[in-house]
Amino acid sequence: MDAGMILEWVIKSVVMVLMLTGGFAYVTLFERKVIARIQVRVGPNRAGPQGVLQPIADAVKLIFKEELTPAGADKKIFILAPLITVLPALTVLAVVPLGPPLNLFGRTVNLFLTDINVGVLYIIAITSISVYGITLAGWSSNNKYAMLGGLRATAQMISYELALGLAIVGPVILAGSMSLVDIVDAQRPMWFAVLQPAGFVLYFIASLAEVNRAPFDMPEAEQELTAGYHSEYSGMKFALFFMAEYIKMIAVATIGATLFLGGYLGPFVDRFPILGPLYLVAKVVVWLFVMVWVRSALPRIRYDRLMALGWKVLFPLGLVNVLVTALIVVLVGG
Amino acid sequence: MLQEYLPLLIIFLIALLVGIIAMLLGYLFGPKRPTRRKSAPYESGMVPYGPGRRRMSVRFYLIAVLFILFDIEVIFVISWATVVRQVGVPGLIAMAIFLGLLEVAHLYAWKKGALEWE
Repeated sequence: MDAGMILEWVIKSVVMVLMLTGGFAYVTLFERKVIARIQVRVGPNRAGPQGVLQPIADAVKLIFKEELTPAGADKKIFILAPLITVLPALTVLAVVPLGPPLNLFGRTVNLFLTDINVGVLYIIAITSISVYGITLAGWSSNNKYAMLGGLRATAQMISYELALGLAIVGPVILAGSMSLVDIVDAQRPMWFAVLQPAGFVLYFIASLAEVNRAPFDMPEAEQELTAGYHSEYSGMKFALFFMAEYIKMIAVATIGATLFLGGYLGPFVDRFPILGPLYLVAKVVVWLFVMVWVRSALPRIRYDRLMALGWKVLFPLGLVNVLVTALIVVLVGG
Repeated sequence: MLQEYLPLLIIFLIALLVGIIAMLLGYLFGPKRPTRRKSAPYESGMVPYGPGRRRMSVRFYLIAVLFILFDIEVIFVISWATVVRQVGVPGLIAMAIFLGLLEVAHLYAWKKGALEWE
């Protein structure tokens, strides 16, 4: 370990955090545009050509907003909660390879921040931390809507985390490793979505619930809870919750593409490594489009049915999927 | 050995810095004119009554306890998943027994009504 490596890590970390915050800004615009088109509207088109400056206008507006702290709120936790929510969202992608090693400035640069041998476990652990932020936000606001929203979000996220964890086991069994780099390499012959169709569908559904997206957005059901756990948040504190939600969308899409859709793999990627990140971005954009499409097409699911789906359908399905996958791998030698 | 975990610490600090900068921007540039009405808890325009933190349904505790139980199971499954090929059939049988026992617990909780919301 020398100063050069530390410098490389710092640069990569800064690039990754900036990419995610920039990506967040444009995912909000992407979502508004796509939903507008689906609803036969135009969407934001005033700030800049085709509305490309809309996220910047939103950010400036939010910076100059008054921040309210409700009376009776637990001030320290109230301020800490947005930070706890946004931290895991920004750091979860650190173990995901964004492309094959590149030759830059005369040295080989790996396009991942770090390759730890428990990468999958790291992802599961880090995504769980954001539950704390949401629970504490709901609790510290001293608001009934926020409290209910926070409780619902907690119960929902921990319930779907089981299904999510079991869905991730499939690729781990097939690759025989928890490192995301090895999992991508193991998909050279075939994408794991083909070998693991049940796991893929399970991951998609559970990840929607995990990031509180429609049709599982009960924690922030506008009609009954105004905004759920962030009812009392305004200005930049609200922006941090919003940021966490959208960055988590990008994160689950990237992780899903890495685990099931071959990550950065694609035609000619070995001859032109620079194509790797482009393939990954293309897969993530398609995944995000499907998430937005689902939001505009499906009505919100009722809370008791949501919990029943998680505990009575997805969790047993995940167990069966794991056992069947392991059985085939052991007997056939897959 | 632990060297590959150092970048995680670095990105954690940088992410924390970004979050703090964002909150500071709002703190520096936002107006601060609180009034008693403004800082009252928001209840869709109604005058708020009663405490904001109420007793919560016991269902949530139940879900949390069940989650801990089954999440530990998932952790065991993941650590076994990396060595499925090495441990082979004996490992598979052991895991099937383990998962079978936990599925019995799951079915028990299900039939007892721990997973029902009414």
